[in-house]
Amino acid sequence: MLRDITIGQYYPAESVIHKLDPRTKILGSFMMIIALFVITPLWGYLIPFGTLALVILLSKVPLKFILKGLKPILFFMIFAVSINVFFTPGKVIFSYGFIEITMEGLERALMTLSRFVFLIITSSMVTLTTSPMALTDGIEKLLNPLKVIKFPAHELAMMMTIALRFIPTLIEEADKIMKAQTARGADFETGNIFNRAKNMIPLLVPLFISAFRRADELAMAMEARCYRGGVGRTRMKQLRFNHKDVFALVFSVLYCISIMIAL
Amino acid sequence: MIRAENVSFKYMRNEEMNHVLKDFNIHVLDGEFVVIMGHNGSGKSTFAKLTNAILLPESGDIYVADMNTKNDENLWAIREKAGMIFQNPDNQIVATMVEEDVAFGPENLGVDPEEIRKRVDRVLKIVNMDGYQTRPPHMLSGGQKQRIAIAGILAMSPDCIILDEPTAMLDPSGRIEVLDIIHRLNQDENMTVVLITHFMNEAIHADRVIVLDDGHIKLTGAPKEVFSKINEMQAIGLDVPEVTKLAAYLKSEGIDIPSNIITLEEMISELCRLK
Repeated sequence: MLRDITIGQYYPAESVIHKLDPRTKILGSFMMIIALFVITPLWGYLIPFGTLALVILLSKVPLKFILKGLKPILFFMIFAVSINVFFTPGKVIFSYGFIEITMEGLERALMTLSRFVFLIITSSMVTLTTSPMALTDGIEKLLNPLKVIKFPAHELAMMMTIALRFIPTLIEEADKIMKAQTARGADFETGNIFNRAKNMIPLLVPLFISAFRRADELAMAMEARCYRGGVGRTRMKQLRFNHKDVFALVFSVLYCISIMIAL
Repeated sequence: MIRAENVSFKYMRNEEMNHVLKDFNIHVLDGEFVVIMGHNGSGKSTFAKLTNAILLPESGDIYVADMNTKNDENLWAIREKAGMIFQNPDNQIVATMVEEDVAFGPENLGVDPEEIRKRVDRVLKIVNMDGYQTRPPHMLSGGQKQRIAIAGILAMSPDCIILDEPTAMLDPSGRIEVLDIIHRLNQDENMTVVLITHFMNEAIHADRVIVLDDGHIKLTGAPKEVFSKINEMQAIGLDVPEVTKLAAYLKSEGIDIPSNIITLEEMISELCRLK
């Protein structure tokens, strides 16, 4: 169950998108997301649809893999869509008892859905095509100018790296604890939502204790390897912009601006 | 390489002072392979942490390559010279890709990027993990993870490597892989090795074995000398190799066999000699 989470996962492949600088991908996706929220006519969403389709095609990431990432937020999407469908006033096109569906409601639901889905896919395209280390490197580099106002860019990037490193480890551990507690008679599957939440305690307590112990040991191991913050540190892999990045950045800026003006 | 002079260390547990090490003296020579044994709470892990300046002695001094661990200025130089490997391989891997984890140490030291690349590829060959550069560490076996951890230390080019029960959490095949690497480091790279363990089998090929009990050095010497003292070893709750026990039984039955046999090969050749 816990292994299904694909948000933030990396799909290794050899593609143009994979080879772009992480900074390009972060900034580019940022532009696309901004554009996503300024489009007002419904047909306008065909543009991000087409652009995303092109990016996915270029990235060589299988569509199934991308759609799997939408599964965890399915409930949220249904919720947002139904609120829009049922509670938007306007021209009624269907009614049954107190339920009324309006033309405007359908339109808004469709728009919310597209925004949502495209937002998730755009951001997961970044993580799917960028190794976590490159991604944190890119974020660190992008945030570097903020160091002037004492923003801890390196520390933030380090925290993200460690979090990404330990997510699979902790998922594995949670799975193990779950099995161990199930063998001792714990029940994680039945009961209402409150009972289920309460039943999570025998899973969460050992998981937290072990995470703290891990953190302690990791800190010691990092110090033993001479880690003393970002000052004086070098990186094995240096980030470099090349002509592909320039092209992609120019494209995404033009894309964003033209959508802002036209739609 | 490592010198401990009259070192004492204690810590509070349940409102009560526990002496972990008392008047502890040890001198590990350059290029030596030293195994430190002892049961839980004998102070062996504490000693490891003292040599890396993770802990500081209450009294006495520890010198690593003639640098006192008490002196703050020496801290990073000591950690560069004497690398440390911990028990749990999972909790010492920082990055999400093998090569980037190996590069973590030299990156911290501010080594030039091209030089880091060279070192990473070289040390991955030493630990037999060449070709795993871009693998995510959580997909590796315990033995492979521990080898990556060793590679991470080697990439810092230390003179000495201290391993605190590196095989305790591994399966038998992982244990053999890791031990093989440790021995190779000592022989081929002339690395000083301090191996802390409670598996006596890992001590057999050491230059010197030091047995700790309750913060004291109980026995010290070549593996043959130490293991032949079966009664003393068992009195402090440690076992000796099966063949050593067998030799002792045979001797007590009046068979002419040396009591300092520690490997199977020796046992076989001694038994064949009897015929």
